[in-house]
Amino acid sequence: MTNRTIETGSRGSDLTELERLRAVAGAVPDPEIPVLTLDDLGIVRNVEQRPDGTVEVTLTPTYTGCPATAVIAADVESALRGVGVARVTVRTVLAPAWTTDWISDDGRRKLREFGIAPPEACRPVQVRLTLTARCPRCGSTSTREISRFGSTPCKSLWSCLSCLEPFDSFKAL
Amino acid sequence: MTTPDTVSATVDVTRDLTGDLAVDLTADPIRAVLTHYVLGLADDALILAQRLGELVTRAPQIEEDIALANIALDLLGQARTLLGHAGEIEGAGRDEDDLAFLRDEREFRNVQLVEIPGGDFAVTMARQLIFAGYQYELYRGLVGSADPTLAGLAAKAVKEVAYHRDHARQWVLRLGDGTEESHRRMQAGLDSTWPYVDELFESGPGPGLALLDGIAVDPTSLRPAWESFVGDVIGEATLTTPQPIWRARGGRTGYHTEHLGHLLPEMQYLHRAHPGASW
Repeated sequence: MTNRTIETGSRGSDLTELERLRAVAGAVPDPEIPVLTLDDLGIVRNVEQRPDGTVEVTLTPTYTGCPATAVIAADVESALRGVGVARVTVRTVLAPAWTTDWISDDGRRKLREFGIAPPEACRPVQVRLTLTARCPRCGSTSTREISRFGSTPCKSLWSCLSCLEPFDSFKAL
Repeated sequence: MTTPDTVSATVDVTRDLTGDLAVDLTADPIRAVLTHYVLGLADDALILAQRLGELVTRAPQIEEDIALANIALDLLGQARTLLGHAGEIEGAGRDEDDLAFLRDEREFRNVQLVEIPGGDFAVTMARQLIFAGYQYELYRGLVGSADPTLAGLAAKAVKEVAYHRDHARQWVLRLGDGTEESHRRMQAGLDSTWPYVDELFESGPGPGLALLDGIAVDPTSLRPAWESFVGDVIGEATLTTPQPIWRARGGRTGYHTEHLGHLLPEMQYLHRAHPGASW
């Protein structure tokens, strides 16, 4: 454990070029929920450099039809160009399937602060328990689901019975 | 007495199955049948996405506009992956746009269930129950496919479809076990869509799926689990499973209702008017 810490520490001051590019791609904000970065969402799968210098970024979509996917790819490309990468390609892969469990703890905190209830831990497919979402404004658990489908594919629409405000909740997937 | 009919039927089936594809059924049967199979899955998702999209601003409440649009979007995403994959398997350079926008009615392989008009909201919900229930079992089966693209898509899409299925279930329960009027209309919705059920679970004509062992899922194998799920919902909703006296057939080989012919121009208009247009 001590070794690992030292190792991480020494690497921290001497990031490889690829790690730096990986961080640049991961820091791109999500276009629909801009408080989250792509790293918060856990959708940057890989960054590598081909022998010809092209940087290839592999992303995975949250939902197969998520319209933000194309925007995200363009944003990643422009972020990498902004730090001097001449050639960028962005690839999208579906497997392994993204899950809301990959959203970082930091991402969950940011969601809450932004007014979106973070997702529950994901369960195997086909559980249809109606779990309560905690109101991100007043913290009440006395809330009600208005619709399982919200303003983006990844969110459902809720209403708080305590403070009476409507709010979005990130669906477990 | 039956011989001439049998012969001509066999010839027809071959032409219907892959006649419009650039891959030869005799020379390369597995690739031809797989192209046909993946196009069938793709077209089901694409055409239903288009039908559901029509309901935006026309659903009974704004939450339903949003819900149905979300479901349509998931289906469209699945269709794009499947169409792109079908084009790659076919190997003639057709991409997702070519396949979605430049094929005519007879070249579409979707089941007729997805092309019939939604009509009453209860008809849309009956179709959603039937189709999401089917697609859920389909994708669960395809997770184990030897084709990595199909397996990868299935693992992702099954999670989306679990939400679609639950959405339909909740509406069928609410309408079926609601007022006398909602019960009557939900039952009418089931009655009008049930003749289209059998087609989902047919293995299809020709050499067919036997060639795709380990890659495709035989639709007949999905029926017991589907019947169990749908039967439970219908029972809980105090509705009755219809016993239709006729059944639709032919969608997988390009025989469609007149409704697909009206749907396609709207879906394909922009691309055909401005070939190669992009955002």
